[in-house]
Amino acid sequence: MDWQYASAPENASIGRVKPRYQPFIDGVFADGSGADAPTINPGTGETLAQVSQSSVADVDRAVGAARAAYTDVWGPMSGTERGKYLFRIARAVAERSRELAVVETLDNGKPIRESRDVDIPTAAAHFFYHAGWADKLEHAGLGPSPQPLGVAGQVIPWNFPLLMAAWKIAPALAAGNTVVIKPAETTPLSLLVLAEIFADAGLPPGVVNIVTGAGDVGEALVNHRDVDKVAFTGSTEVGKRIQSSLAGTGRRLTLELGGKAANIVFDDAPIDQAVEGIVNGIFFNQGHVCCAGSRLLVQESIAEEFLDKLKARMATLRLGDPMDKNTDIGAINSAEQLARVTALADVGDAEGAQRWSPPCVLPDRGFWFPPTIFTEVSQAMRISRDEIFGPVLAVLTFRTPEEAVAKANNSPYGLSAGVWTEKGSRILGMAGALRAGVVWANTFNRFDPAAAFGGYKESGFGREGGRAGLAAYLDSGDY
Amino acid sequence: MVDQQQPEPSTGSRLAVAKTYKLYLGGKFPRSESGRTYPVFDSAGGFLANAAQGSRKDARDAVSAARKAFAGWSGATAYNRGQVVYRIAEMLEGRRADVAEVVAAGEGVDVAAARNTVDLAVDRLVHYAGWTDKVATVFGGANPVAGPFFAFSVPEPTGVVAAVAPRDDSLLGLVSVLAPIVSTGNSVVVVASQTRPLPAIVLGEILATSDVPGGVVNILTGSPAEMFPWLARHGDVNALDLTGADPDQRGSWERDAAGTVKRVFSPPPTDFTRSPGTARLRAFLETKSVWHPTGSLSLSGGSSY
Repeated sequence: MDWQYASAPENASIGRVKPRYQPFIDGVFADGSGADAPTINPGTGETLAQVSQSSVADVDRAVGAARAAYTDVWGPMSGTERGKYLFRIARAVAERSRELAVVETLDNGKPIRESRDVDIPTAAAHFFYHAGWADKLEHAGLGPSPQPLGVAGQVIPWNFPLLMAAWKIAPALAAGNTVVIKPAETTPLSLLVLAEIFADAGLPPGVVNIVTGAGDVGEALVNHRDVDKVAFTGSTEVGKRIQSSLAGTGRRLTLELGGKAANIVFDDAPIDQAVEGIVNGIFFNQGHVCCAGSRLLVQESIAEEFLDKLKARMATLRLGDPMDKNTDIGAINSAEQLARVTALADVGDAEGAQRWSPPCVLPDRGFWFPPTIFTEVSQAMRISRDEIFGPVLAVLTFRTPEEAVAKANNSPYGLSAGVWTEKGSRILGMAGALRAGVVWANTFNRFDPAAAFGGYKESGFGREGGRAGLAAYLDSGDY
Repeated sequence: MVDQQQPEPSTGSRLAVAKTYKLYLGGKFPRSESGRTYPVFDSAGGFLANAAQGSRKDARDAVSAARKAFAGWSGATAYNRGQVVYRIAEMLEGRRADVAEVVAAGEGVDVAAARNTVDLAVDRLVHYAGWTDKVATVFGGANPVAGPFFAFSVPEPTGVVAAVAPRDDSLLGLVSVLAPIVSTGNSVVVVASQTRPLPAIVLGEILATSDVPGGVVNILTGSPAEMFPWLARHGDVNALDLTGADPDQRGSWERDAAGTVKRVFSPPPTDFTRSPGTARLRAFLETKSVWHPTGSLSLSGGSSY
């Protein structure tokens, strides 16, 4: 008897994807002065829509609109009123959540299950949470009278297009700043739909402006002289370049960069739950997660048993149509990213690690990479040092908690870490010893607007979420 | 005031013992490995003493010492750190008179004004001594996340901080920079005022007798322009405090910091006689969020992992 799931595809028409999209500047959707560029559905490799691209001149116009809105409308507005706009936006995101989830999955390639259950609800939660801060800034622990910084220039990545936009826009607006934001060139659509929501919510023109395009447009935005604050989420390499180019300008900067998180499993861990957590840690969103648990550190005494169970679980993962509600692993976001993941995995082979993937049929169109683990990995190998940003897990072992800490911290990154053990004192001891901005104990990849998120070391500086996140958009003035 | 710094010709039968001013690294007082010194003058241009002219190697040694001290200092209880910082205040209080003399000589103010500066520095240390065990409560807390999880955020020290002390405000400015950095559990390498280094060196002597573990505070004298770029680029320095840097130096050192994604604190000009806010305390704190499920006994009906 065949016990396979019947396919359960989401209806693409719910996404109402238009043939063409435009940047959103000063409250108006209008053509950018660049040429149109296609955005691709990574699940099929086909063009999903055309997107009018912005130019440096458009960036200038957007920053001008943001400055005017800051000076005339948003800056002088009371926190209560600002908060009401944000509450409206939160509600409208929830109202259009199914449409947004479909758009996100079509444009990004992530499984509909994740866009529907994680990305969109969490994005709405960010607006809702920050709405409540708008009239309470003096209670945020940043001095009695924190002030907005002005115009925020924000650049977000392609892995969580709408969620990253919400993380960036909501605190900026709550604090009284105005925004110019650039989505990644491969995933602009959900943010442009969000712009419709801003317009429907009556958000004054210029408060949020969206420019489209690739790295050159982002560079023009972060280096614009009338931008007071820059927020970037993306690769460490680009983050370093931005930090360098802003040096000496006095402009404020926060960076959310890469990671190479250790997920540490002790011999007393609840094994089945740990297996589930490891799978969630590295295969969620195809591993396109800066805090992905991409290094498994498993205690030597249980390594063999654990890997058997992990492989058995991986064999049940369903890879394929992102629009199918049963799909666990969707498409790699772009041909370029697929090439990068493939190249790094090949380095793993070349350096002598053992590659394993479950039997897995890859669709014949679109961009795909099977869930993969490498064993026989040493700390010196690139697969255990470099951020792969794909569904590739490097497995190492350890004997003592001290060794686990040393190996986990042996990375220029410090974004997240996972600990799996039933022993409470060990959890708290490990949580203290790990140099990472988020430590998930007996769980992984949990996000909430009330909990600060951000990195140590070369994973960047600044936090998003919670009181700590608000600090990035306010001048406390209390030196 | 000058006779404490400079050998006087024999008065009667006794020649004053002149002091050799050295660096303060890892709890010890070495000369610069470069063997260099430079003359320090009072505000009227008179010779006060020779100070050690620190080198790139001294800066690297200071970072090693600071890194070595970090685990113990950041791991100490907040109560203990508070007592140690308070002890610095006690020791500075005990040396008010001679510290005031070096401040007066260097800054060209009268002794009464210098004493006032020393008193403010003592009070500043007392202020930060009281912060050590409040930082986590005030800047961390429980996160009411929407799920069956216990989630909390705690501030933790960033690590090794390299700082440039204010050029003119040689004691109060220095203490105002150092105290928040070490109170929050960081270790520090500070480059003292180049033209007015003597209060910093005397402060080093005070730190050495104040229960501050060796290496938690390291004081370099010499040229910030010569030493600081190495600190700003050093892979084992986590953050920079550019309070005492020139505007053009700030740009250059901020660029140096980008290679290793260092945190940079580059505050506007500050009046250190005013009581401080919390920006300096927060500057070198990371926020760590820790999550754990609450549903493992099915008491809250949620996910068990």
